[in-house]
Amino acid sequence: MFMQLLANGLVTGSVIALAAAGISIVYGILRLVNFAYGDYMTFGAFAGILFNVKLGLPIVLAAVLAMAATALLSVALELVLWRRLRAKSAGFMSLFLVSVGLALVLRHVIYLVAGPQPRTYAVDPYKVYVIGSARLSGAQGIAIVVSAVGIVLIGLLIAGTGVGRMMRALADDLPLAAVAGVRTGRVIVAAWIVSGLLAGLAGVLAGLVQTSFDPQLGFTLLLPIFAAVVLGGIGNVYGALAGGLALGLAMELSTWTELAGGVNPTYKPVVAFGALVLVLLLRPQGLFGRARVV
Amino acid sequence: MSTIASFGFWSFVGIVAGIYTLFALGVQVQFGFAGLLNFGHVAFMGIGAYTMAILVVKEDMNMWAAAGCGVLLAMLGGVLLGLPTLRLRADYFAITTIAFSEILRYVATNEDRLTGGSQGTINLAGIGKTAQYDDQWRSFLGSVERDLHVGGDVAMLIVVWTVALLAVVAVWLMMKTPWGRVLKSIREDEDAAASLGKNVFAYKLQALVVGAALGAIAGLFYAWQFSFFSPDDFAPLLTFFAWMIVILGGLGKAWTVPVGAIVFGVIFAGTRFFDFPPFSLLDSTERAYLRLIVIGLVIIGLMLFRPQGIFGSRREMVLE
Repeated sequence: MFMQLLANGLVTGSVIALAAAGISIVYGILRLVNFAYGDYMTFGAFAGILFNVKLGLPIVLAAVLAMAATALLSVALELVLWRRLRAKSAGFMSLFLVSVGLALVLRHVIYLVAGPQPRTYAVDPYKVYVIGSARLSGAQGIAIVVSAVGIVLIGLLIAGTGVGRMMRALADDLPLAAVAGVRTGRVIVAAWIVSGLLAGLAGVLAGLVQTSFDPQLGFTLLLPIFAAVVLGGIGNVYGALAGGLALGLAMELSTWTELAGGVNPTYKPVVAFGALVLVLLLRPQGLFGRARVV
Repeated sequence: MSTIASFGFWSFVGIVAGIYTLFALGVQVQFGFAGLLNFGHVAFMGIGAYTMAILVVKEDMNMWAAAGCGVLLAMLGGVLLGLPTLRLRADYFAITTIAFSEILRYVATNEDRLTGGSQGTINLAGIGKTAQYDDQWRSFLGSVERDLHVGGDVAMLIVVWTVALLAVVAVWLMMKTPWGRVLKSIREDEDAAASLGKNVFAYKLQALVVGAALGAIAGLFYAWQFSFFSPDDFAPLLTFFAWMIVILGGLGKAWTVPVGAIVFGVIFAGTRFFDFPPFSLLDSTERAYLRLIVIGLVIIGLMLFRPQGIFGSRREMVLE
């Protein structure tokens, strides 16, 4: 039982971690709390349906194409929307509200185009991996492996590549980076590409894990994802990854019956928010945030 | 007669706009005057409505007393929310308040024995019994109808807007007091207000609580107007509608809120009349999607082209 919950927690947690990292990368540079991010994920999940179910491509290839499509959407919105808002020196509030509006538009365009009926990826539902005493479905197995690879890659990208270094420079002090000769426009586009790729990946994985999903997919995950972002300290990518995994594990393990009977599974999101509130009270800068930013 | 010319339809739009005025006025007090990014405002609406309905159905309490309890409990909720969170940075505060409203919605969905669960208030008295919390309201509205010789919709319209406009005037008067001026100074520069010896935290908490009371009153009218509600009626979307109304009308003024609410009501209802091609190809659910797309585009357009709102002044307050 415990091993099974641990495995489930890793699956949930890694999806949340990927998405939280995607939000944090953009927040770090642009101070934009992207409320539409859940719907970027939904877009990715439905692009995956298009490639996997409609066009009959294998799930891994479909996921890669869906990631590319979401990155494209993400960059397009930067060029037509966010860049324009920044040129008008829109502040935190305006940007946040625009992302709320964008969330409504994206979600309901997806509703209009794809319809409200539940969707399922074409993967073998009877395939089961047994690891010790835990049983993972094929979809969960794919999710765990792929997101582990994704998490390592994103860590390497931020820590070890030129683009990653420039992103960190922008996050630290954008005007200073600009003066030092960093082409800020390009780095911002790069950040949106990475953020979009992560949204697409997290969207497809969330769809795989839930077996069937509708256009609410991303939005219902958004608040636990935000909780993970805050838990890690807003704008801190490693923190977001760790926060996501921690939250996923906390949500699943809280239902463990040995633990004072466990929490009713319908309260899993409440556990996430509860953890969030607790952390904010004790460590308002987040588990991994620096004190000075609060 | 087509819907667009029907009086019944437009009086419904008017009633909803009045309820939204009360609701959004709370956001105006919290954000427009005190600068608080409360994105969980809908929670106060839910607390007000649920407290009233539960006390009437389960405890046989007088409805007006129950309504008073609803408002008080929402204010208490404001204190409990504010005490730990008001010291947080703005973005953390915003996310925590959404979490607050969602936690309450999850509790209302899952605690069937207390709230009737996801089926809503119809289930309040248990399975097999239909629960009604608004008998007293119906008879009150009936007496208004008889006294003023008007129909039911008009009576509701009059009652809602009387309360809404009284609330607008009350808020307007409050903002002219020294208390209101301190609130605005906190919005402009917290440190300056603190250095003059003002207890910034207490003022913010008071603004949050006043807003909570307004939200709860809106929740009561919502419950009475629809005679039934469920946890899904208090989803975060409603909070964003209130924000849109406040920004549409203009920030930092009380009288812009009803204007914003009416404009919002017309935009919201107006999309029902897209019955010409190509929109006539869509069925009614698809038009509901279209309505939310329009709302989203209006929010984005406002932020791009007129961030101070229709009647807001750039000198008074611009969104940052």
